[in-house]
Amino acid sequence: MKPFRYERAEDVSGAVATLAGERTGEYLAGGTNLVDLMKLDIMQPDVLVDVRCLTSGEIEDLPDGGLRIGAAVTNSEVAADARVRSRYPVLSQALLSGASGQLRNLATTGGNLLQRTRCPYFYDTTTPCNKREPGTGCSALEGCNSGHAILGASRHCVATHPSDMAVAMTALDAVVRTQGPAGERETPITALYRLPGQEPERDTTLEHAELITAVDLPALELSSNSRYRKVRERASYAFALVSVAAALQVRDGVVLDARIALGGVAHRPWRARKAEDVLRGAPAIEQSFRAAAEAELADAVPLRDNAYKVPLAANVMTRTLLDLTEGR
Amino acid sequence: MTTTTERRAIGASVDRRDGPQKVTGTAPYAYEHRFDNPLYLFPVQSDVARGRVMRIDASAAEALPGVVAVLTHESAPRLADTSDSELAVLQAGDVAFRGQYVAAAIAETLETARYAASLVRVSCHQEHHDVELRADRDDLYKPDTVSPDYPTDTQEGDFDRAFSAAAVKLDETYTTPMEHHNPMEPHTTVALWEAGDLTVYESTQGAHWDRATLAQVFGLDQDRVRIIAPYVGGAFGSKTVHANTVLAVLAAQTAEGRPVKFALTRQQMFSGVGYRTPTIQRIRLAADGDGHLMATCHDVVDQTAKIKEFAEPAAVPTRTMYATQSRRTTHRLAALDVPAPSWMRAPGEAPGMFALESAMDEMAIKCGLDPVEFRIRNEPEVDAETGLPYSSRNLIACLREGARRFGWADRDPGPHARHDGRWQVGTGVASSTFPVVRFAGSVARISYLGNGRFLVAIDAADIGTGAWTALAQIAADALGADVDDIDLRIGDTRLPAASIAGGSSGITSWGSAIFEAARAFRERHGYSPSDGDQAEASTPENPDAGNYAMRAFGACFAEARVDADTGEVRIPRMTGVFAAGRIINPKTARSQFIGGMTWGLGMALHEESLVDPRFGHVLNHDFASYHIPANADSGQFDIAWIDEEDPYVNPMGSKGIGEIGIVGTAAAIANAVYHATGIRVRSLPITPAKLLG
Amino acid sequence: MDVDITLKVDGIQQRIAVDPRTTLLDALRERLGIYGPKKGCDHGQCGACTVLLDGRRANSCLALAVAHDGAEVITAEGLAADGKLHPMQRSFIEHDAFQCGYCTPGQIVSAVGMLAEAEAGWPSHVTRDISAAKVPLTDEEIRERMSGNLCRCGAYANIVPAIRETAETARSR
Repeated sequence: MKPFRYERAEDVSGAVATLAGERTGEYLAGGTNLVDLMKLDIMQPDVLVDVRCLTSGEIEDLPDGGLRIGAAVTNSEVAADARVRSRYPVLSQALLSGASGQLRNLATTGGNLLQRTRCPYFYDTTTPCNKREPGTGCSALEGCNSGHAILGASRHCVATHPSDMAVAMTALDAVVRTQGPAGERETPITALYRLPGQEPERDTTLEHAELITAVDLPALELSSNSRYRKVRERASYAFALVSVAAALQVRDGVVLDARIALGGVAHRPWRARKAEDVLRGAPAIEQSFRAAAEAELADAVPLRDNAYKVPLAANVMTRTLLDLTEGR
Repeated sequence: MTTTTERRAIGASVDRRDGPQKVTGTAPYAYEHRFDNPLYLFPVQSDVARGRVMRIDASAAEALPGVVAVLTHESAPRLADTSDSELAVLQAGDVAFRGQYVAAAIAETLETARYAASLVRVSCHQEHHDVELRADRDDLYKPDTVSPDYPTDTQEGDFDRAFSAAAVKLDETYTTPMEHHNPMEPHTTVALWEAGDLTVYESTQGAHWDRATLAQVFGLDQDRVRIIAPYVGGAFGSKTVHANTVLAVLAAQTAEGRPVKFALTRQQMFSGVGYRTPTIQRIRLAADGDGHLMATCHDVVDQTAKIKEFAEPAAVPTRTMYATQSRRTTHRLAALDVPAPSWMRAPGEAPGMFALESAMDEMAIKCGLDPVEFRIRNEPEVDAETGLPYSSRNLIACLREGARRFGWADRDPGPHARHDGRWQVGTGVASSTFPVVRFAGSVARISYLGNGRFLVAIDAADIGTGAWTALAQIAADALGADVDDIDLRIGDTRLPAASIAGGSSGITSWGSAIFEAARAFRERHGYSPSDGDQAEASTPENPDAGNYAMRAFGACFAEARVDADTGEVRIPRMTGVFAAGRIINPKTARSQFIGGMTWGLGMALHEESLVDPRFGHVLNHDFASYHIPANADSGQFDIAWIDEEDPYVNPMGSKGIGEIGIVGTAAAIANAVYHATGIRVRSLPITPAKLLG
Repeated sequence: MDVDITLKVDGIQQRIAVDPRTTLLDALRERLGIYGPKKGCDHGQCGACTVLLDGRRANSCLALAVAHDGAEVITAEGLAADGKLHPMQRSFIEHDAFQCGYCTPGQIVSAVGMLAEAEAGWPSHVTRDISAAKVPLTDEEIRERMSGNLCRCGAYANIVPAIRETAETARSR
């Protein structure tokens, strides 16, 4: 690990001002991803600005019935919050399916959003990786890619985003609040993450020194009938092969509304809008669910080792929607 | 021939005597003794799989404050003996595998050493490397023996004729992946070189073994080398001397009397401290109309390193498991530009029995027989490998008792027999076996301390096996004393010599020496000894070694649940019944069996070291991407053992149990998965991708 | 440039100077000679380094010491009060819930932290009714909640009853 300066600030504005002046600096919150990456020299900031106690550690009720989750709230606290559990169970389940109890106690909302891919070539500084070092090539494209993307990838990068929380928030149309050198802004989570395109080194649309201060969950009637289903190779403490976050509203056997996002399939949490379109107004039966899944996955491009993700994603989407319909 | 003394401690469920230290975190592992003014070592590893180091630029590293030295093959001290290529560390510029140590930074702090290592620029001339194991390679060769010294090929009868004439045939290939031991404690060495005396705190399976190796490699008098290893955080076959130990000692030689601390990172555990080779195993079985095996053939292809041969003996258990009219077994190796493989828990048995016991299941089904009955029908009279009768063999009792406990009767042969919601449910069985191994050369010394207390000294190793406790129990009964009056010392070369903890040999080898020493003590000093009275004895040869084949046996039953949508596999319960002679300590023995079966679970469902042949190293080199079972994967374990009296194996009547637990488990699980889904997976691990319809 | 920090470790205030890169794990082991928390992977992937950090279980290997100046840390050594083993420690010995012992201090501290989380009504991945205020601590719950502590010796089958018995004994008091 390269030596770095450790800085504290008085408040968010102070932290932003400090980091704005350090091109090669990073914010530090729980550190569960950043310190991991720094030990392996994948990220090598010269300055760390500690924000763990600066942004809000509270979950507030919003007037419209939504929730504002402070960026410093730990993953455990979000998952255990009674309001999240009853109004947005998909979010609680997504968090509880990720990492371990110990990691969830330190990891923060802001940090979880910004965690980086688990691609083994990204994680290995001796193998070429366009995300880590632009222009060196994508080792996974023709390599060991059983965990990599089937949607939205490019020849420059086939990595997936590892966060479960972000998948649930994507299904819920969360809005990410930030404060940066240019001021405060709100970014829908669906616009926070990028597809790799030709610049896989950029995971998000955030500017340098733009600090996540909170995440807003809008009030959504159907969010209380929601579920997160994560498929992994061991029963716990593993990243997703594929995951599904879904919320469903059915009346008289017809789908009124649906929100679906997929994890483990793309460079960002994948909002399944095509599936949602197929579902709205369709009978709430297995056939519709499968058709919706197939519509969403029609453009899937399997790699050498990850073709299984296509039927897996289809099955998990279908099963999750069935479970939500049948109240299981 | 056995001495029978009154048994009061042997057979008792004594709590581990190292328990209080382990649960409070005060048991000192190699890194954790008090060291004065230490230095820290961090290696630089090659990023080519084959080639030569052309140039090393350590200037940036050396310029860092706190860096004491950067060792290279040009600056490192010379070893006396470089004949073992794996241990000839930093002696020449040749690179034999990706990840090989090509330099090392030594510094005042851990952070500085690691950062310095990252600044060392090593330029290698890269040669074309060859790292792929395939069965169709034209350069497969026949090794002289397979580990440790079994014949490479065997033949009984005329397999080809018997196979072609048989009524029911099977010809399938099974594969197991590369696997890494991954004990929780990474390999760790703290080396101190003071005026020609070498002291090494090491995480090792055998301090005396280590001392002999280091003395050889460094050209030292063994009397001037001391290895200290009272606590070892797991080993499973990987903790003999590898390059890491040699590197630490080389660094200590340049450190002017300061201890050098070197603990591998988890990432470094995947390159150079041994591993299990991938295997490609072709099994052919043929039976007559009554399900009697007429022909058995097991052909194994493994990899080894070009620098050092290790031949995984996967077909060896097939030489003994079942009666068959004709039999052939072969092993062939591909020598690759890879690190040296080595023993990994149940070498040979673990991968070999996955193949054999899967094939037996397939064969039982082809013959229309219950898998338990099919195995019983093919029980041999004698050990075909040696031609000798077994000292004791109770596989049938294990199968029957296991079937009873597990609830095997009235099993629908299936597949697809049962569903529970989205879970497809199935059951499977497999046999297991492990030889009784006795290593020569252990010496136990017993001294009387007064007040009825005895000191028992032997350089044995407790790598989690419970030896700290079991050996005290054996000494107690051998002396006719209370176990609480036995003071045991292990894990230090200042103690009398002992063989390595490996091959499930510890209790047999060390226990026999303790037994002999106790007998010598009583013969010499009687039952009213004086303070300081002593006796010593070494492991005797087993006079029955040439008269009987000695093996433990067991049966493993597993229930598998496979999710019909995702292919996820859960094993909610397993039953293991073992015939392993006398059980020294039921509490710790049960843990050994469960631990082995949990390894089998990981072998079946999770473990796989992935190599990208373009690069040549293991890509998934951490615990996030190399999966071992987590607590949620582990279900109910029902463990039992048959009361087996075997007067031939050793004075205690015990057989080694550290490895047998893994042996049948992976096949039992694969067989259960087939029973649940109708999908026969012949290539481990059984991942969801392989089960999606 | 080393930074001065204070940590209260197992009840004792400690002032140490640390490299900003020094993790809490290495501060405990290298600077303070407290070896209960262990380095199994150094990347938050095994749990052997688990401590109670300001009351909650956490991986000390991913916490930078400088970022936790003033924190209160409890290790396995600190659980044993006045030379007497903590009930969880005694239960681990009785149930033979360890073999090589390397993951054991982390398992025990994690288990103590986990029981507090369960007492507080936190759900887990296997909790059927996620909005229920109280979650019964079944074996399935214990397994899931302890899955952040790997054990290569495979002692899980004994770790679970060791924890369950400790929880039941505590509840019955």
